[in-house]
Amino acid sequence: MADDSNLFDLEIVTPDRVFYKGKVSMVEFTDQDGDIGVYKHHIPLTTGVVPGVLTITVDGVKKEADLMAGFAEILPDQVRILAEVAEWPDEIDEERAVAAKERAEKRISSHSSEVEMIRAELALQRAIVRLSVKSHK
Amino acid sequence: MASMRDIKRRRTSIQSTQQITKAMKLVSTVKLQKARGRAEDAYPYFTHVYEAVTSLLSMSDKLDHPYLQSGQSEKAAVIVISSNRGLAGGYNSNIVKKLTGSTLKKENVKVYAVGGKARDSLRNKGYEIAADHSAVMEHPHYADAMEICHEVLEAFTAGEIGEIYMVYTHFKNTVSHIPTMMKLLPVEFDEADAPATDKRLLMNYEPNEEEVLNLIIPKYVTSLFYGAFVDALASENGARMQAMDSATSNAEDMISDLTLKYNRVRQGTITQELTEIIAGAEAIS
Repeated sequence: MADDSNLFDLEIVTPDRVFYKGKVSMVEFTDQDGDIGVYKHHIPLTTGVVPGVLTITVDGVKKEADLMAGFAEILPDQVRILAEVAEWPDEIDEERAVAAKERAEKRISSHSSEVEMIRAELALQRAIVRLSVKSHK
Repeated sequence: MASMRDIKRRRTSIQSTQQITKAMKLVSTVKLQKARGRAEDAYPYFTHVYEAVTSLLSMSDKLDHPYLQSGQSEKAAVIVISSNRGLAGGYNSNIVKKLTGSTLKKENVKVYAVGGKARDSLRNKGYEIAADHSAVMEHPHYADAMEICHEVLEAFTAGEIGEIYMVYTHFKNTVSHIPTMMKLLPVEFDEADAPATDKRLLMNYEPNEEEVLNLIIPKYVTSLFYGAFVDALASENGARMQAMDSATSNAEDMISDLTLKYNRVRQGTITQELTEIIAGAEAIS
Protein backbone atom coordinates (compact mmCIF):
# COMPACT_ATOMS: atom_id res chain seq x y z
CA MET A 1 0.00 0.00 0.00
CA ALA A 2 1.32 3.39 -0.92
CA ASP A 3 2.19 5.89 1.76
CA ASP A 4 -0.97 7.74 2.65
CA SER A 5 0.82 10.95 3.48
CA ASN A 6 1.33 11.74 -0.19
CA LEU A 7 -2.30 11.46 -1.09
CA PHE A 8 -4.74 14.31 -1.48
CA ASP A 9 -8.41 14.59 -2.31
CA LEU A 10 -9.29 15.01 -5.95
CA GLU A 11 -12.74 15.92 -7.07
CA ILE A 12 -13.70 16.37 -10.70
CA VAL A 13 -17.20 17.63 -11.26
CA THR A 14 -19.05 18.17 -14.53
CA PRO A 15 -22.57 19.55 -14.99
CA ASP A 16 -24.11 16.12 -15.35
CA ARG A 17 -22.20 14.10 -12.77
CA VAL A 18 -19.37 13.86 -10.28
CA PHE A 19 -16.74 12.46 -12.61
CA TYR A 20 -14.11 11.48 -10.08
CA LYS A 21 -13.84 11.64 -6.33
CA GLY A 22 -11.12 10.03 -4.32
CA LYS A 23 -7.59 10.12 -2.95
CA VAL A 24 -4.82 10.37 -5.51
CA SER A 25 -1.08 10.98 -5.44
CA MET A 26 -0.83 13.14 -8.53
CA VAL A 27 -3.02 14.78 -11.11
CA GLU A 28 -1.93 16.28 -14.41
CA PHE A 29 -3.96 18.45 -16.74
CA THR A 30 -3.55 21.38 -19.11
CA ASP A 31 -4.08 24.95 -18.03
CA GLN A 32 -3.78 28.22 -19.93
CA ASP A 33 0.01 28.20 -19.68
CA GLY A 34 0.58 24.57 -20.57
CA ASP A 35 0.69 21.25 -18.79
CA ILE A 36 0.56 21.30 -15.03
CA GLY A 37 1.19 18.47 -12.58
CA VAL A 38 -0.08 18.73 -9.05
CA TYR A 39 1.24 16.86 -6.02
CA LYS A 40 0.23 17.31 -2.44
CA HIS A 41 1.14 20.65 -0.81
CA HIS A 42 0.84 22.60 -4.01
CA ILE A 43 0.44 26.32 -3.41
CA PRO A 44 -3.20 27.43 -3.45
CA LEU A 45 -4.06 28.26 -7.02
CA THR A 46 -7.11 28.86 -9.12
CA THR A 47 -6.53 28.51 -12.82
CA GLY A 48 -8.37 27.99 -16.06
CA VAL A 49 -8.39 24.55 -17.64
CA VAL A 50 -8.15 24.20 -21.40
CA PRO A 51 -8.96 21.05 -23.38
CA GLY A 52 -6.31 18.44 -22.72
CA VAL A 53 -5.47 15.05 -21.34
CA LEU A 54 -6.15 14.44 -17.69
CA THR A 55 -3.90 11.96 -15.94
CA ILE A 56 -4.70 10.72 -12.48
CA THR A 57 -2.10 8.70 -10.60
CA VAL A 58 -3.31 6.46 -7.79
CA ASP A 59 -0.98 3.87 -6.20
CA GLY A 60 1.43 4.23 -9.09
CA VAL A 61 -1.28 3.42 -11.62
CA LYS A 62 -2.07 6.08 -14.20
CA LYS A 63 -5.57 6.68 -15.42
CA GLU A 64 -6.24 8.86 -18.41
CA ALA A 65 -9.31 10.77 -19.45
CA ASP A 66 -10.08 13.82 -21.49
CA LEU A 67 -10.95 17.10 -19.88
CA MET A 68 -12.53 20.07 -21.62
CA ALA A 69 -12.73 23.72 -20.65
CA GLY A 70 -13.29 24.59 -17.02
CA PHE A 71 -11.26 25.70 -14.06
CA ALA A 72 -9.35 24.13 -11.22
CA GLU A 73 -9.12 25.11 -7.60
CA ILE A 74 -5.97 23.80 -6.00
CA LEU A 75 -5.49 23.77 -2.23
CA PRO A 76 -2.63 22.03 -0.40
CA ASP A 77 -4.66 18.95 0.46
CA GLN A 78 -7.44 19.14 -2.04
CA VAL A 79 -7.92 19.71 -5.76
CA ARG A 80 -11.25 20.45 -7.30
CA ILE A 81 -11.67 20.60 -11.05
CA LEU A 82 -14.88 21.94 -12.51
CA ALA A 83 -15.06 21.07 -16.17
CA GLU A 84 -17.74 21.20 -18.78
CA VAL A 85 -16.91 17.75 -20.11
CA ALA A 86 -14.77 14.88 -18.84
CA GLU A 87 -14.77 11.41 -20.36
CA TRP A 88 -13.00 8.12 -19.75
CA PRO A 89 -11.50 6.53 -22.86
CA ASP A 90 -14.33 4.00 -23.16
CA GLU A 91 -16.89 6.79 -23.19
CA ILE A 92 -15.34 8.54 -26.15
CA ASP A 93 -17.09 8.14 -29.45
CA GLU A 94 -14.15 7.72 -31.77
CA GLU A 95 -16.07 8.02 -35.01
CA ARG A 96 -17.61 11.25 -33.87
CA ALA A 97 -14.24 12.65 -32.84
CA VAL A 98 -12.69 11.73 -36.21
CA ALA A 99 -15.60 13.34 -38.04
CA ALA A 100 -15.34 16.45 -35.86
CA LYS A 101 -11.62 16.64 -36.55
CA GLU A 102 -12.09 16.46 -40.31
CA ARG A 103 -14.87 19.01 -40.21
CA ALA A 104 -12.77 21.42 -38.16
CA GLU A 105 -9.75 21.01 -40.43
CA LYS A 106 -11.86 21.68 -43.47
CA ARG A 107 -13.20 24.84 -41.91
CA ILE A 108 -9.78 26.08 -40.96
CA SER A 109 -8.35 25.46 -44.43
CA SER A 110 -11.28 27.26 -46.05
CA HIS A 111 -10.39 30.44 -44.13
CA SER A 112 -13.80 31.42 -42.90
CA SER A 113 -14.59 34.36 -40.64
CA GLU A 114 -12.58 34.99 -37.51
CA VAL A 115 -15.23 33.76 -35.10
CA GLU A 116 -15.64 30.59 -37.09
CA MET A 117 -11.89 30.08 -37.15
CA ILE A 118 -11.75 30.27 -33.36
CA ARG A 119 -14.62 27.85 -33.08
CA ALA A 120 -13.09 25.45 -35.53
CA GLU A 121 -9.76 25.59 -33.74
CA LEU A 122 -11.41 24.81 -30.43
CA ALA A 123 -13.34 21.96 -32.00
CA LEU A 124 -10.15 20.63 -33.53
CA GLN A 125 -8.39 20.84 -30.19
CA ARG A 126 -11.16 18.85 -28.52
CA ALA A 127 -11.16 16.24 -31.24
CA ILE A 128 -7.39 15.80 -31.02
CA VAL A 129 -7.51 15.40 -27.25
CA ARG A 130 -10.27 12.82 -27.51
CA LEU A 131 -8.42 10.83 -30.12
CA SER A 132 -5.15 10.90 -28.24
CA VAL A 133 -6.80 9.70 -25.03
CA LYS A 134 -8.53 6.98 -26.98
CA SER A 135 -5.36 5.80 -28.68
CA HIS A 136 -3.36 5.62 -25.42
CA LYS A 137 -5.77 3.19 -23.94
CA MET B 1 -84.35 16.15 -15.12
CA ALA B 2 -81.75 14.97 -17.60
CA SER B 3 -82.65 11.89 -19.56
CA MET B 4 -80.98 8.55 -19.01
CA ARG B 5 -79.20 8.78 -22.30
CA ASP B 6 -77.77 12.23 -21.54
CA ILE B 7 -76.40 11.11 -18.21
CA LYS B 8 -74.91 8.00 -19.71
CA ARG B 9 -73.24 9.94 -22.47
CA ARG B 10 -71.78 12.41 -20.02
CA ARG B 11 -70.49 9.65 -17.80
CA THR B 12 -68.74 7.91 -20.70
CA SER B 13 -67.18 11.18 -21.73
CA ILE B 14 -65.82 11.78 -18.25
CA GLN B 15 -64.56 8.25 -18.10
CA SER B 16 -62.50 8.66 -21.23
CA THR B 17 -61.12 11.97 -19.97
CA GLN B 18 -60.19 10.22 -16.78
CA GLN B 19 -58.28 7.61 -18.72
CA ILE B 20 -56.27 10.37 -20.35
CA THR B 21 -55.51 12.16 -17.11
CA LYS B 22 -54.55 8.87 -15.51
CA ALA B 23 -52.15 8.06 -18.34
CA MET B 24 -50.68 11.55 -18.22
CA LYS B 25 -50.16 11.22 -14.53
CA LEU B 26 -48.21 8.02 -15.03
CA VAL B 27 -46.14 9.54 -17.80
CA SER B 28 -45.28 12.60 -15.76
CA THR B 29 -44.40 10.46 -12.77
CA VAL B 30 -41.80 8.64 -14.83
CA LYS B 31 -40.55 11.88 -16.35
CA LEU B 32 -40.38 13.44 -12.91
CA GLN B 33 -38.14 10.69 -11.64
CA LYS B 34 -35.80 11.14 -14.57
CA ALA B 35 -35.77 14.91 -14.34
CA ARG B 36 -35.21 14.73 -10.64
CA GLY B 37 -32.19 12.50 -11.11
CA ARG B 38 -30.73 14.96 -13.56
CA ALA B 39 -31.38 17.87 -11.24
CA GLU B 40 -29.60 16.04 -8.45
CA ASP B 41 -26.65 15.21 -10.72
CA ALA B 42 -26.31 18.84 -11.71
CA TYR B 43 -26.36 20.07 -8.15
CA PRO B 44 -22.70 19.40 -7.11
CA TYR B 45 -21.30 21.28 -10.09
CA PHE B 46 -23.53 24.24 -9.45
CA THR B 47 -22.67 24.36 -5.74
CA HIS B 48 -18.95 24.22 -6.41
CA VAL B 49 -19.06 26.94 -9.03
CA TYR B 50 -21.06 29.09 -6.68
CA GLU B 51 -18.53 28.49 -3.92
CA ALA B 52 -15.67 29.39 -6.20
CA VAL B 53 -17.35 32.61 -7.26
CA THR B 54 -18.23 33.68 -3.74
CA SER B 55 -14.77 32.93 -2.42
CA LEU B 56 -13.23 34.82 -5.29
CA LEU B 57 -15.48 37.81 -4.74
CA SER B 58 -15.26 37.79 -0.98
CA MET B 59 -11.54 38.44 -1.03
CA SER B 60 -11.33 40.69 -4.00
CA ASP B 61 -13.78 43.47 -3.30
CA LYS B 62 -11.35 45.85 -4.87
CA LEU B 63 -11.98 44.28 -8.22
CA ASP B 64 -13.32 46.67 -10.78
CA HIS B 65 -14.92 44.37 -13.23
CA PRO B 66 -17.79 44.99 -15.65
CA TYR B 67 -19.59 41.86 -14.48
CA LEU B 68 -19.75 43.25 -10.96
CA GLN B 69 -21.43 46.53 -11.82
CA SER B 70 -24.75 47.28 -13.37
CA GLY B 71 -24.38 48.57 -16.88
CA GLN B 72 -25.48 51.94 -18.15
CA SER B 73 -28.66 50.56 -19.58
CA GLU B 74 -31.94 50.67 -17.69
CA LYS B 75 -33.01 47.50 -19.43
CA ALA B 76 -33.01 44.19 -17.66
CA ALA B 77 -32.84 40.83 -19.36
CA VAL B 78 -35.09 38.27 -17.75
CA ILE B 79 -34.72 34.63 -18.58
CA VAL B 80 -38.16 33.15 -18.08
CA ILE B 81 -38.26 29.39 -17.79
CA SER B 82 -41.64 27.76 -18.22
CA SER B 83 -42.96 24.75 -20.07
CA ASN B 84 -44.00 24.12 -23.64
CA ARG B 85 -47.02 22.10 -22.69
CA GLY B 86 -49.96 22.95 -20.51
CA LEU B 87 -52.05 20.81 -18.18
CA ALA B 88 -49.64 21.45 -15.37
CA GLY B 89 -51.92 23.28 -12.98
CA GLY B 90 -50.70 26.72 -12.00
CA TYR B 91 -47.11 26.00 -13.03
CA ASN B 92 -46.88 28.44 -15.92
CA SER B 93 -49.16 31.15 -14.58
CA ASN B 94 -47.18 31.24 -11.34
CA ILE B 95 -44.03 31.93 -13.34
CA VAL B 96 -45.73 34.74 -15.24
CA LYS B 97 -47.11 36.20 -12.01
CA LYS B 98 -43.64 36.15 -10.48
CA LEU B 99 -42.42 38.45 -13.22
CA THR B 100 -45.47 40.70 -13.50
CA GLY B 101 -45.56 41.06 -9.73
CA SER B 102 -41.90 42.02 -9.49
CA THR B 103 -40.55 45.54 -9.16
CA LEU B 104 -39.23 45.53 -12.72
CA LYS B 105 -41.04 47.90 -15.08
CA LYS B 106 -42.64 46.30 -18.08
CA GLU B 107 -41.00 48.63 -20.60
CA ASN B 108 -37.54 47.91 -19.19
CA VAL B 109 -37.81 44.17 -19.43
CA LYS B 110 -36.43 42.10 -22.25
CA VAL B 111 -37.70 38.58 -22.02
CA TYR B 112 -35.53 35.67 -23.04
CA ALA B 113 -38.14 32.97 -23.17
CA VAL B 114 -37.37 29.35 -22.49
CA GLY B 115 -40.71 27.62 -22.66
CA GLY B 116 -43.62 28.52 -24.91
CA LYS B 117 -46.36 29.00 -22.35
CA ALA B 118 -44.88 31.94 -20.48
CA ARG B 119 -43.63 33.40 -23.75
CA ASP B 120 -47.14 33.58 -25.22
CA SER B 121 -48.66 34.87 -22.07
CA LEU B 122 -46.02 37.58 -21.60
CA ARG B 123 -46.26 38.60 -25.23
CA ASN B 124 -50.00 39.09 -24.79
CA LYS B 125 -49.32 41.26 -21.77
CA GLY B 126 -47.09 43.48 -23.89
CA TYR B 127 -43.62 42.41 -22.78
CA GLU B 128 -40.78 42.53 -25.25
CA ILE B 129 -39.62 39.06 -26.22
CA ALA B 130 -35.95 39.43 -27.11
CA ALA B 131 -35.30 35.78 -27.87
CA ASP B 132 -37.10 32.50 -27.83
CA HIS B 133 -35.31 29.31 -26.87
CA SER B 134 -38.36 27.25 -26.09
CA ALA B 135 -37.12 24.16 -27.88
CA VAL B 136 -34.48 23.78 -25.17
CA MET B 137 -37.04 22.65 -22.61
CA GLU B 138 -37.73 19.48 -24.55
CA HIS B 139 -34.39 18.15 -23.47
CA PRO B 140 -32.15 20.69 -21.77
CA HIS B 141 -28.49 20.21 -22.42
CA TYR B 142 -25.49 22.00 -20.97
CA ALA B 143 -24.59 23.24 -24.45
CA ASP B 144 -27.98 25.00 -24.68
CA ALA B 145 -27.27 26.80 -21.45
CA MET B 146 -23.89 27.85 -22.84
CA GLU B 147 -25.47 29.26 -25.95
CA ILE B 148 -28.06 31.31 -24.11
CA CYS B 149 -25.45 32.47 -21.62
CA HIS B 150 -23.23 33.60 -24.46
CA GLU B 151 -26.05 35.55 -26.04
CA VAL B 152 -27.09 37.29 -22.84
CA LEU B 153 -23.55 38.11 -21.75
CA GLU B 154 -22.83 39.59 -25.13
CA ALA B 155 -25.80 41.90 -24.78
CA PHE B 156 -24.60 42.77 -21.27
CA THR B 157 -21.08 43.60 -22.40
CA ALA B 158 -22.43 45.59 -25.34
CA GLY B 159 -24.41 47.70 -22.89
CA GLU B 160 -27.81 46.74 -24.28
CA ILE B 161 -28.88 45.49 -20.89
CA GLY B 162 -27.79 46.51 -17.43
CA GLU B 163 -29.00 43.61 -15.35
CA ILE B 164 -29.78 39.95 -15.80
CA TYR B 165 -32.51 38.13 -13.91
CA MET B 166 -33.91 34.65 -14.13
CA VAL B 167 -37.37 33.38 -13.25
CA TYR B 168 -37.84 29.66 -12.81
CA THR B 169 -39.55 27.16 -10.59
CA HIS B 170 -37.43 25.61 -7.91
CA PHE B 171 -38.16 21.97 -7.22
CA LYS B 172 -38.15 21.64 -3.46
CA ASN B 173 -39.86 18.27 -3.28
CA THR B 174 -42.58 16.38 -5.09
CA VAL B 175 -45.39 18.47 -3.66
CA SER B 176 -43.73 21.83 -3.33
CA HIS B 177 -42.40 23.87 -6.23
CA ILE B 178 -41.44 27.45 -5.61
CA PRO B 179 -41.46 30.08 -8.36
CA THR B 180 -38.20 31.92 -7.87
CA MET B 181 -36.72 35.09 -9.26
CA MET B 182 -33.01 35.62 -8.92
CA LYS B 183 -30.53 38.21 -10.00
CA LEU B 184 -27.56 36.86 -11.94
CA LEU B 185 -25.63 39.93 -12.97
CA PRO B 186 -24.21 42.09 -11.60
CA VAL B 187 -23.18 39.38 -9.19
CA GLU B 188 -24.63 39.86 -5.75
CA PHE B 189 -24.01 37.47 -3.00
CA ASP B 190 -24.68 37.10 0.63
CA GLU B 191 -21.65 37.73 2.81
CA ALA B 192 -22.88 34.95 5.04
CA ASP B 193 -22.64 32.50 2.15
CA ALA B 194 -18.95 33.08 1.70
CA PRO B 195 -16.89 30.09 2.76
CA ALA B 196 -14.62 30.35 5.74
CA THR B 197 -11.81 32.43 4.34
CA ASP B 198 -8.94 31.27 6.53
CA LYS B 199 -7.47 28.62 4.27
CA ARG B 200 -8.40 30.41 1.12
CA LEU B 201 -6.75 33.65 2.02
CA LEU B 202 -3.55 32.67 0.28
CA MET B 203 -5.21 31.63 -2.95
CA ASN B 204 -3.28 32.59 -6.04
CA TYR B 205 -5.00 33.30 -9.29
CA GLU B 206 -3.40 32.55 -12.56
CA PRO B 207 -2.86 34.66 -14.59
CA ASN B 208 -4.70 37.14 -12.33
CA GLU B 209 -8.01 37.72 -10.56
CA GLU B 210 -9.62 39.57 -13.42
CA GLU B 211 -8.79 36.89 -15.95
CA VAL B 212 -10.09 34.19 -13.69
CA LEU B 213 -13.23 36.20 -13.09
CA ASN B 214 -13.63 36.55 -16.83
CA LEU B 215 -13.47 32.81 -17.06
CA ILE B 216 -15.56 31.90 -14.07
CA ILE B 217 -18.47 34.32 -14.38
CA PRO B 218 -19.73 32.94 -17.71
CA LYS B 219 -19.42 29.44 -16.27
CA TYR B 220 -21.25 30.58 -13.19
CA VAL B 221 -24.11 32.01 -15.24
CA THR B 222 -24.19 28.96 -17.48
CA SER B 223 -24.29 26.59 -14.56
CA LEU B 224 -27.14 28.62 -13.05
CA PHE B 225 -29.04 28.37 -16.32
CA TYR B 226 -28.46 24.67 -16.63
CA GLY B 227 -29.36 24.12 -12.99
CA ALA B 228 -32.54 26.12 -13.47
CA PHE B 229 -33.49 24.18 -16.62
CA VAL B 230 -33.28 20.81 -14.98
CA ASP B 231 -34.87 22.14 -11.80
CA ALA B 232 -37.72 23.63 -13.80
CA LEU B 233 -38.19 20.43 -15.76
CA ALA B 234 -38.55 18.47 -12.55
CA SER B 235 -41.00 21.07 -11.23
CA GLU B 236 -42.99 20.99 -14.44
CA ASN B 237 -43.47 17.27 -14.28
CA GLY B 238 -44.16 17.42 -10.57
CA ALA B 239 -46.80 20.09 -11.14
CA ARG B 240 -48.33 18.11 -13.96
CA MET B 241 -48.37 14.96 -11.88
CA GLN B 242 -50.22 16.77 -9.12
CA ALA B 243 -52.65 18.43 -11.51
CA MET B 244 -53.41 15.15 -13.25
CA ASP B 245 -53.76 13.37 -9.95
CA SER B 246 -56.42 15.77 -8.75
CA ALA B 247 -58.09 15.73 -12.18
CA THR B 248 -58.30 11.95 -12.00
CA SER B 249 -59.81 11.97 -8.54
CA ASN B 250 -62.23 14.75 -9.51
CA ALA B 251 -63.32 12.64 -12.47
CA GLU B 252 -63.82 9.76 -10.06
CA ASP B 253 -66.11 11.92 -7.92
CA MET B 254 -68.10 13.10 -10.93
CA ILE B 255 -68.50 9.57 -12.22
CA SER B 256 -69.86 8.26 -8.95
CA ASP B 257 -72.17 11.25 -8.74
CA LEU B 258 -73.47 10.61 -12.25
CA THR B 259 -73.82 6.89 -11.65
CA LEU B 260 -76.04 7.63 -8.67
CA LYS B 261 -78.11 10.05 -10.75
CA TYR B 262 -78.33 7.57 -13.59
CA ASN B 263 -79.60 4.82 -11.32
CA ARG B 264 -82.18 7.13 -9.79
CA VAL B 265 -83.48 8.17 -13.18
CA ARG B 266 -83.54 4.54 -14.32
CA GLN B 267 -85.50 3.56 -11.23
CA GLY B 268 -87.81 6.52 -11.78
CA THR B 269 -88.50 5.47 -15.33
CA ILE B 270 -89.23 1.91 -14.33
CA THR B 271 -91.56 3.04 -11.56
CA GLN B 272 -93.35 5.34 -13.94
CA GLU B 273 -93.74 2.61 -16.53
CA LEU B 274 -95.12 0.22 -13.93
CA THR B 275 -97.60 2.81 -12.71
CA GLU B 276 -98.72 3.37 -16.27
CA ILE B 277 -99.15 -0.37 -16.96
CA ILE B 278 -101.06 -0.91 -13.73
CA ALA B 279 -103.23 2.11 -14.40
CA GLY B 280 -103.86 0.85 -17.95
CA ALA B 281 -104.72 -2.65 -16.72
CA GLU B 282 -107.10 -1.23 -14.15
CA ALA B 283 -108.81 0.89 -16.78
CA ILE B 284 -109.44 -2.16 -18.98
CA SER B 285 -110.86 -4.32 -16.19
